[in-house]
Amino acid sequence: MSAVGQDTQAAGGQHPRVAARGPAAGRVVTRSRRSALWAGLAAVVAIAILGYLPYLVFSDTTGLMVQFFQLLIMASMWNLLAGYAGLVSVGHQAFIGLGAYFVVLLAMHGLSPFTAIPIATAAAGVVGLPVWWLVSRLRSGYFAITMWVIASVCMLIIIQISSLGSGTGIALSGLTQSPTLLAADTYWATLAVAVLAIAGIYALLRSRLGLALTAIRDDEAGAKSIGGRVGSVQRLVFLVTALGCGAAGALYAISQQFIVPTAAFDVSFTAEMIFITIIGGIGTIEGPIIGTIVFFILQQTLSADGTWYWIVLGLVAIAVAIWAPRGIWGLVSEKFGIRLFPVGYYVWPAGEQPRRLLARSARP
Amino acid sequence: MTWVNAVIQGVMLGGLYALFACGLSLMFGVMKVINLAHGDLAMVAAYIALGVVTITHVPAIWSFVLVVPIFAALGYVLQRTLLQASLNRGVITTLLVTFGLSVVIENALQQFLSANSRELNIGSLVSDSFSIGSQITIAYLDLIILVVAVAVLLGLQYFLSSSRSGRMIRAVADDREAAQLAGIDYRHVFGIATAIAFGTVALAGLAYGMYTQFDPTTGTTALLLYAFEAVVIGGLGSLWGTLAGGILLGVAQQVGAQYHAADQVLAGQLLFLIILVLRPQGITSRRELA
Repeated sequence: MSAVGQDTQAAGGQHPRVAARGPAAGRVVTRSRRSALWAGLAAVVAIAILGYLPYLVFSDTTGLMVQFFQLLIMASMWNLLAGYAGLVSVGHQAFIGLGAYFVVLLAMHGLSPFTAIPIATAAAGVVGLPVWWLVSRLRSGYFAITMWVIASVCMLIIIQISSLGSGTGIALSGLTQSPTLLAADTYWATLAVAVLAIAGIYALLRSRLGLALTAIRDDEAGAKSIGGRVGSVQRLVFLVTALGCGAAGALYAISQQFIVPTAAFDVSFTAEMIFITIIGGIGTIEGPIIGTIVFFILQQTLSADGTWYWIVLGLVAIAVAIWAPRGIWGLVSEKFGIRLFPVGYYVWPAGEQPRRLLARSARP
Repeated sequence: MTWVNAVIQGVMLGGLYALFACGLSLMFGVMKVINLAHGDLAMVAAYIALGVVTITHVPAIWSFVLVVPIFAALGYVLQRTLLQASLNRGVITTLLVTFGLSVVIENALQQFLSANSRELNIGSLVSDSFSIGSQITIAYLDLIILVVAVAVLLGLQYFLSSSRSGRMIRAVADDREAAQLAGIDYRHVFGIATAIAFGTVALAGLAYGMYTQFDPTTGTTALLLYAFEAVVIGGLGSLWGTLAGGILLGVAQQVGAQYHAADQVLAGQLLFLIILVLRPQGITSRRELA
C-alpha cells in the first residue's frame, strides 16, 4: 500500500526530509492547496442545495437520495476501518442490524424514531466495546470472518426474541407525520448523519491520531516500531465505525419502516461497503464518495436484474483490487494532483510559495 | 438416551464439517490467507456433480471420480492466476478478492442455475440406516462421510509428512524465503496446496449435496462459517485438531437442536466464541502444519 502514502510527500518532487529540518531556506509547509479551498466552498454550497432539495423534488427522488447517503455513511465507515486502521471486517452488518433494532425497541417504548437515532447510535457503539475486546486479538482473515460470525450471532439472538417480531420482522411504530413530511424528515436526518460522518472522519484524520492512522495504513509494523499506539488507535476507529454503522442502521429502520432480521443483518450491506470503497479508492476520504456515485449509477441501470448487478460489481471490484488498487480516486488524484480533503502536508520549495489567501502556513 | 443420540449424530456431522475445514486450514497454513469463497466453491462442486450425473448417468455417489480432479485442476489454475496476483498485493487484497469471488459465484449460480434447492440423488442410501439399541439410529451415509473425512485427513497427513511435494509445502509454510533459497518455486507449491484444498472442498460439497438440500446461498450462509469455526475450535495448523473441531461443532449443534430446534446454529457459534475467549489457539495447541 506504499503507493497510497503520498500525503506526506513534498509538492514539486522535493525530498520530504529537507522539510524536516524546519522552516529554513524559505520553505513553507501548508496543509492545503487551492483544490481544497474550492472543495470546501463547493461542499458548503452542495450541502445547502441538498438541504433545500425536499422543497424542489418529489419524495421518490429524496427516497433515492436517502439510500445514497446511507450507502455513503456505511462505505465511509468501512473505508476508515480497512483503509486506515488495516482491519478488514465482513461483519459490520452486525452494527447496522443492531442500530435498526435499537430504534424499533426505543419506538416501542414511546420515543420518536428520530429522537431515537442518537440513542440507538450510542447503543451500537456500546455493543462495539465487548465486540472489540473479543476480536482485537485476531489478525486479518480471522478478524474478518469472526466479525461475520458475530453478526450472525446477533441475528440469531434477535430471531429468538418474540417481542421484536422473531424471524418474521417488525414494523417501526411512532412515525406519525404525513407521508410528505416523513419523507423530508427522513431525508434531512440521513443528510445530517452523512455530513457529520464525513466531517468527523475528516477531523479525525487531520488530528494527531490521523497521522498515526496514515502511518498504520502505509505500514502497520513500521508504525508500531516508531511508537505509534496501534492498538488503542485501532480500538478508537473500530468504535467510531460501530457508531457510524449503528447510525446508518437506525436510518435504515426509519426509511424501511419494517425490518426483518435476515435483511437487517444481511452480509450484502458489507459487500456493498467493500465494493464501493475498493472501486472508489481505499484509504482516501474521497474514494467512498466517488465509489457511492459509481455504485448508484450501476444500481439504477442494472437494478432490473439483481444477480447481474452483483456479478458485474464483484468482477469490477476484483479487477480494481488487483490491477488498480488505489481505485478511481487514486487514478484521478495521481493524474491531476488534487486532494479535496487534504489530511497531509505540502512542502513548498523556496520561491514557490502558495498564495496566503488560499493556504494558511502551518509553521510561520 | 436422546441426548446420547444427539451426541452421536453430532460426531457424524463433525466428519462433514472437518471435511469442509481441512481445505480452509491447509490454505491458511500455507498461504496465510483465508479463502472467503471456500463455501461457495463447495457449492460449485455440488452443482458440477449434478451436471455430471445428468450427462453421464453415473450414480451420484461416484461423481467424485470426475469432480475432484476437475476441481483440483481449477484450484491450481486459480492460484497461479488470480490468487497469486492478489497475494502479490498483500493479505488485505487477497481477502477482498476472495470475498468478491464469493459474491460473484453465489450470484452466478443463482443467475444460471436458479435459486431452487437441489440435492444429489443417491437413491435409498440417503435413508438407509442401522440401529444400536432402541433409540440410536446411524445412517450409512453419515458413517460413510465420517469415514471419508478420516481417510482424507490420514491421506493428507501422510502426503504432507512423507511425499516430496508434501515436504515442499511444509517448507514453504514454515519459511517461504528460506524455501526459495533452497530452490523451491513457492508459486508452484502454492498451486499444489490450493489444488489439494480444492479437491477436499469438492469432496465436502458432494458430501453435503448428498447429505441434505442445497441452494446457491448455502455456501456463505452456512458452510464458510462452519468450516472456519471448526478450524478455530480445533486449533490452526493441526489436521487432527480440525477433525476434533468439526466434531465438537457438530456435537454442539446437535445438542443445541435437541434443546430447541432454533438453537442448532447458535449453539455452535456460541461454542466458537467461548473457545475464542478462553483458548484462542484452539483445543489442540500444537503449532505444526500436519
